[in-house]
Amino acid sequence: MLLREVEYAKPGSVAHALELLAANDGARALAGGQTLINVMKARAASPDMLVDLNGLEELRGIELAGDGTLTIGAMTTYTELVQSAEAKARPILGEVCATIADVQVRNRGTIGGNVCSNDPTNHLPPLMVAVGARMTIAGANREREVPAEEFFLGVYLTAVGQGELLTRISIPAGKKDGFAAVTLGADGTCICNAAASVNGAVRVALGCVDAVPVLVTADSAGGIADAVRAANLMPPSDVHASSEYRTHLAAVLARRAAEEAAAR
Amino acid sequence: MDVTVTVNGTTYERDVEPRKLLIHLLRDDLDLTGSHIGCDTGNCGACSVIVDGVLVKSCMLLAVQADGASIETVEGLSEDGELTRLQQAFNEHHALQCGYCTPGMLMSATALLREKPSPSDDEIKKALQGNICRCTGYWNIFEAVKSVAK
Repeated sequence: MLLREVEYAKPGSVAHALELLAANDGARALAGGQTLINVMKARAASPDMLVDLNGLEELRGIELAGDGTLTIGAMTTYTELVQSAEAKARPILGEVCATIADVQVRNRGTIGGNVCSNDPTNHLPPLMVAVGARMTIAGANREREVPAEEFFLGVYLTAVGQGELLTRISIPAGKKDGFAAVTLGADGTCICNAAASVNGAVRVALGCVDAVPVLVTADSAGGIADAVRAANLMPPSDVHASSEYRTHLAAVLARRAAEEAAAR
Repeated sequence: MDVTVTVNGTTYERDVEPRKLLIHLLRDDLDLTGSHIGCDTGNCGACSVIVDGVLVKSCMLLAVQADGASIETVEGLSEDGELTRLQQAFNEHHALQCGYCTPGMLMSATALLREKPSPSDDEIKKALQGNICRCTGYWNIFEAVKSVAK
C-alpha cells in the first residue's frame, strides 16, 4: 500500500525529537510502527511528519533499582521485556508481552507505543493501571510524572500532548499479579481483558469495556466479580461481542485475573 | 531520501520517498520479489524478512528506517542453488500448497532455529504464529520445521 506523502525525521536526541514535534502540528512520533504504519495505510491517520524514535538510546533499556522498582524506557520492545532478566522483578510484564500478537510484532512493538496509542483493546493500558505504573512525560521545558490511572484519557488519547513524549515508565516491585483475556484466536486482539494486582486489596483494571481502563477494587479475589457487576459497565457492542456479553466477560475475567494474582 | 541497505550480502543505494514501505523497496526497486505481500495489514507475515538479525514484517517498516541495515530475504537462504536443510525439509514434507506464504514461513523458521536450534513443539508453533497459510497447510509446515530441529 502506498502511504500518503509524509516527511520523515530521525532525531539524534530526545531534545531534538521534542523540538520537531513541537514545531510541526502534523508531526507524530513513530515508535515500533506496528499500529501507526497500518493506520496510515488505512488513512485513519495521516501525519505530515513522522519523527522516528528508533535509535534514541535514551528511550531504551530496563533498569532495576535496589528497592525493586523497574524503570522501562518507552522504546523498549515487547521481546526485550520478555527476555529481560531485570523485568522478571515484575513477572507479569514479560508474561503479558509474550501474548501480544506474534514474534515479528513483538520484535518491533514497544511498551510506549502500546500505551500511547491507547487502543481500548490493547493489553498494556489495563496492566499499567493495575500495577500502579507511573509515566514520565517530557516536554520542551519540563518533565512530569503521571500515574497510569490519570494517563489514559480517551480512545487513542493520553496525557501526552502535542510536542510531548512519553519517555519512561516506572513500575513498583511486586509479584502478585494476574492477567486474563478473551481474544480473537490465540494471542489475537482482545475482546475483553482484565489485569489484576493484589497488595492487601485487589485491584483489577478492565480493558475493552470503556474508552479507558476501568479500575475496580475489592477486599478479596472472591469479591471482585460482584464489584465489577456493581460498577455498572456500559461496554460497546461490536461484531465480536454484545455489550451484555462483554459485561459478563468483564466479571469472569476479573475473577480469573484476581485469583491468579492472589495465588502467587 | 538516500537509503543504503545490504540485502543478502549485496549493498544497494536508492533514493526513496519516506512513505515507501520496506517491502516495496525490496520488491519494486531491488527486484527481490521472493518476499510476498499477502495482506498489507501486518497480519499475514508473507513479507517477513530479517533486519539486522531481527525478524520483522517488512510491510510495517519504512524503507528509510532500514537505512544502514543488513537485510536477509528468502533469496539469501540457499547458496549456489543448494537448498538449506530447512528448505529441503519443506520440499520433503510437502510444506507448501499454493506457496504464497512460504517465503515468510521460511524466514520465521530460520529466525527460530538460529535462536533455538532445539525448539519444543510449542515453540515451533508460537514462532510461526505471525505467518498465515491461507491454504491452512500448517501441519506439514510444522513437521518440516520439526524435522530439522536438533
